[in-house]
Amino acid sequence: MKKTFTMLAAAAIAATTAAPALADLVVPNLSYRTGPFAAGGIPYADGFNDYFTLLNERDGGIGGEKVQVPECETAYNTEKGVECYEATKGQGALVYNPLSTGITYQLIPKVSADGITLYTPGYGRTSAANGKVFEWVFNYPANYWDGASVAIKYLLDENGGSLEGKKIALLYHNSAYGKEPIRTLQELAKKHGFTLSELPIDSPGQEQKSQWLQVRRDKPDYVLFWGWGVMNSVAVQEAANIRFPMDKFIGIWWSGSENDVLPAGDGANGYKALTFNGVGGDYPVYADLKKYVFDAGKGSGAGDSAGSVIYSRGMYAAVVISEAIRKAQELAGTPKVNAAQVRDGFEALEITDARLEELGLKGFGQAFKATCADHGGAGGAMIQQWDAAAKKWSLITGFIEPDHDVLDPLVAEDSAAFAAENNIAERCN
Amino acid sequence: MFYREAGDFKTSYVDDSQTFPIRFDRMRYYAVLVLGFGILPFVMNDYWANAVFVPFLIYAIAAIGLNILTGYCGQVSLGTGGFMAVGAYACYKLMTAFPWMPMPVNVLLAGLVTAGVGVLFGLPSLRIKGFYLAVATLAAQFFLVWLFNKVPWFYNYSASGQITAPERTLLGVAVTGASTPAWAKYLFCAVFLFALAWLARNLTRGTVGRKWMAIRDMDIAAEIIGVNPLTTKLSAFAVSSFYIGIAGALFFAVYLGAAEVGEAFGIQKSFLILFMVIIGGLGSIFGSFAGAAFLVLLPVLLKNVLVGGLGWPTDLAAHIELMIVGALIIVFLILEPHGLAQLWRVAKEKLRLWPFPH
Repeated sequence: MKKTFTMLAAAAIAATTAAPALADLVVPNLSYRTGPFAAGGIPYADGFNDYFTLLNERDGGIGGEKVQVPECETAYNTEKGVECYEATKGQGALVYNPLSTGITYQLIPKVSADGITLYTPGYGRTSAANGKVFEWVFNYPANYWDGASVAIKYLLDENGGSLEGKKIALLYHNSAYGKEPIRTLQELAKKHGFTLSELPIDSPGQEQKSQWLQVRRDKPDYVLFWGWGVMNSVAVQEAANIRFPMDKFIGIWWSGSENDVLPAGDGANGYKALTFNGVGGDYPVYADLKKYVFDAGKGSGAGDSAGSVIYSRGMYAAVVISEAIRKAQELAGTPKVNAAQVRDGFEALEITDARLEELGLKGFGQAFKATCADHGGAGGAMIQQWDAAAKKWSLITGFIEPDHDVLDPLVAEDSAAFAAENNIAERCN
Repeated sequence: MFYREAGDFKTSYVDDSQTFPIRFDRMRYYAVLVLGFGILPFVMNDYWANAVFVPFLIYAIAAIGLNILTGYCGQVSLGTGGFMAVGAYACYKLMTAFPWMPMPVNVLLAGLVTAGVGVLFGLPSLRIKGFYLAVATLAAQFFLVWLFNKVPWFYNYSASGQITAPERTLLGVAVTGASTPAWAKYLFCAVFLFALAWLARNLTRGTVGRKWMAIRDMDIAAEIIGVNPLTTKLSAFAVSSFYIGIAGALFFAVYLGAAEVGEAFGIQKSFLILFMVIIGGLGSIFGSFAGAAFLVLLPVLLKNVLVGGLGWPTDLAAHIELMIVGALIIVFLILEPHGLAQLWRVAKEKLRLWPFPH
């Protein structure tokens, strides 16, 4: 017994101290392939890994430097996320993308102290869009407040420009993630004269009967939905059960994947969700992915999610990170960039439509340009709708711009509070 | 041979009633102290502190707290997560309301606040026992988590409902916040654990502890011999919640740095700490340490061996890890229902006779 323990301990010490060769570019993938949120975590992690594998196989990495993507399982749990961060940061990590708003809140102070970039596309702390306060955090191309504003703008369009007297319910994951849009929606409710009701669902959200009962009683005109993981498919099913009109039920981008609507079958037909990136397997990059990654047997995971909504988003994150590293290499004049240089790359990053086309991803995302003060990007999002018969998402709008008049003061206010709490002086002046 | 009472003469009552009557045990205890306070802080790095030692120290405090209530006084509690949340939020409110207050004072006051809340939720224990009390404390768990989610005053009206620990220094060294050095985190928690474990050990040996155990073993008999169930049960709740509150405050302020009540202090936390106490051994301070070590260190160890050492995919490793930890818990409970502390006791008995058992 004692002997086995000693051996295990020795193995553990050997395991923790064995770091990979430091010459490579290291982009840890803090993923979750287990637990109630794995339905979203698995395709995201696969898309993220596959794109870097493609770069390594096709181009020999970025600027001739191979990219290593050590994976660490967080199970969407903040404690494990912190452990993963500590375990991987010693390997020379350049940028983190934990795909969890809770873990993001944990890591913001840590990355700022350690000098490592935190990239949180479409999630995390919204006010991190203010680069004057959040030097090390980037959340372009869009954030939750953008999403909330885009959804309301879409509803304004549907209702001829006025939401006066309408009732909108926000159904949300009772966590930092789900609470993010409340502030914005309250402001928008004041501006446009609709009433907002807030219906929290406790994590993991397998039990939502009481919330949907309330929806049935209140009869809101629209339901906005901030869910993730197993909670999404349950909500779509419940909405179908109470015969809530699905085209008045709009999810945020994390609540609009195939996994969320397939279980409800025909009942899910017409459900809408936001997205800030294109989906589907029609982009030219998939030909390369097939040639260099899937057919070569180097695909991540089971390989069944390529082209799905969340897979595309994981790939999108990898595209932006690789472009930022490329930019950093250009700025630093060396392919061997360190974490501080990668941050500069993120801040100088410009994604143009032409560049996306070169990457084989024409129209995949919105063009944006980061600056010292703006870490948030343009913030546009599209609305997609589920077609249950064809089993696919189709885009029903182009990019809708959020209402910057409402959002900018909110971002400034929230980031100022953070700056005051942490004694941060504004940069970029 | 070296582990024996023989030849170790006690010439005073104080000597006779010391915690470690055997010289080898005493030496081992001092050796652990030297290692813990003299050596580890100097070799501590961020990974070891954040992934291994700090959570172990904090969970050990919580496990001692629950052990006082459940192991020594026999009152089952499923509200540990909720009480930890009370400690965390009390600490947060104190830190933000009185920025000048030294951090140890914040933590101790958070413990006192939790003790008050614990007494309040301990009141039903005067009427109900066993499973029914477990349900009452379960209600405390859900109520407290709901409260901290619902009332914005507790999280200072932040947009996301998260609480974030601002930086506080002690003697010029940061002990909370992101720029805290690993050794400071470790040492801050280690000092609390040492003081609290020492206190718990001595409390449980004295009148207070004996009263608790009398109530645990048979409450009617205890009442007949003059133990007041009201003060005894409530004191157990108070002391236990004080420990758990301190653990919650440290968990939030030193270990996590930011917390969200539903996730950090949910029902899983209550169960985790209850399992630590059961696996470690009910009614044993050493058992609290052993249980905390088992449930904190084993998953990290397995993860490092399976993913880092053997290169398995992370999802497979995570599933196997759950299965191994679960299987080990069952094996331990079948082989030794009284927990790791009993194994340790048996080992000590054997050591006394070793190498001539007959």
